[in-house]
Amino acid sequence: MLSRDEDILKAAEDWRKAGRGVALATVVETWGSAPRPVGSNLVIDNEGNFLGSVSGGCVEGAVVTEAIDVIDSGKPKMLEFGVADEQAWNVGLSCGGTIRVYVEKVG
Amino acid sequence: MKLEILNTLNAERAARRAVAVVTDIASGEQRLVKAADVAKDPLADLLEKRLRMAKSGMEETPKGNVFLTIHVPSPQLVIAGAVHISQVLGPIAKLLDYDVTIVDPRTAFASAERFPDVKVVAEWPDVALPSLNVDHYTAFVAVTHDPKIDDPALIHALERDCFYIGALGSRKTHGRRLERLKAAGIRDDQLARIHAPIGLNIGAVSPAEIAVSIMAEITQRLRQKADKAEAA
Repeated sequence: MLSRDEDILKAAEDWRKAGRGVALATVVETWGSAPRPVGSNLVIDNEGNFLGSVSGGCVEGAVVTEAIDVIDSGKPKMLEFGVADEQAWNVGLSCGGTIRVYVEKVG
Repeated sequence: MKLEILNTLNAERAARRAVAVVTDIASGEQRLVKAADVAKDPLADLLEKRLRMAKSGMEETPKGNVFLTIHVPSPQLVIAGAVHISQVLGPIAKLLDYDVTIVDPRTAFASAERFPDVKVVAEWPDVALPSLNVDHYTAFVAVTHDPKIDDPALIHALERDCFYIGALGSRKTHGRRLERLKAAGIRDDQLARIHAPIGLNIGAVSPAEIAVSIMAEITQRLRQKADKAEAA
């Protein structure tokens, strides 16, 4: 794990202890040349602040939106992104992979 | 993830201990498995393998799909001896993501000029090593040829259960070293853990080639099960 991943989990703990609603997103599967490896984390709070990355910037926006739902409902979600699709191409990534991201509430 | 699990996870990582989180994808249920408890976990084999490879991932189990989050401390390399081999070994190990520290009390050797990119501690092993957090995720190499430096360094490495311990020197030199360490009270099964002559046998001649053979042996010890590595 990269040292910045450690910071992300520490941030998740600190944010939650500070009373914020927090979700943790984790890359659980990748196919093709995905930008971030399995195990990569993104931590999100209920106001949409986030730290870390699950795709190097390509699908973070969508993950943050879903994560706010997860914080509200408390139910984990599995998200799947084909990072070779139109949207990914538009934001400048042509890696041609697919990733699955597990989003869970912290608390 | 329950805050309690996240708490423990961060505490274990801060203490440089390996730890895993098992997540049942269908139900969202989670449990944390500390490295010390892996053997008695129902998924012991899978966890052991993934901890060794430091690789998180999905696994199919009789009870459904689980995601194993694996956290392993970053490996470090401690080199006793600021010698020519170390000048190459340090940068190679850094490329392989090791935190590298070189210990040598001889200030003429342990200079920043000779080691611009690596942490160097110009102290005797008994002074330098205790604060370096030498542990199971440490590879330890003794390359000074000087028993006054190498011997106490090796004893420290054995006490701290480093995953790899290697010492430079011919079979004859190592034979004399073993006699000294034995006289110092080190058990035979511990002495057998020291790799000497150091490095994989690839016919290395130059200091750089010897450094490659050492790093290859360290990698083998890190990634392969002990019995497989022995057979190689």
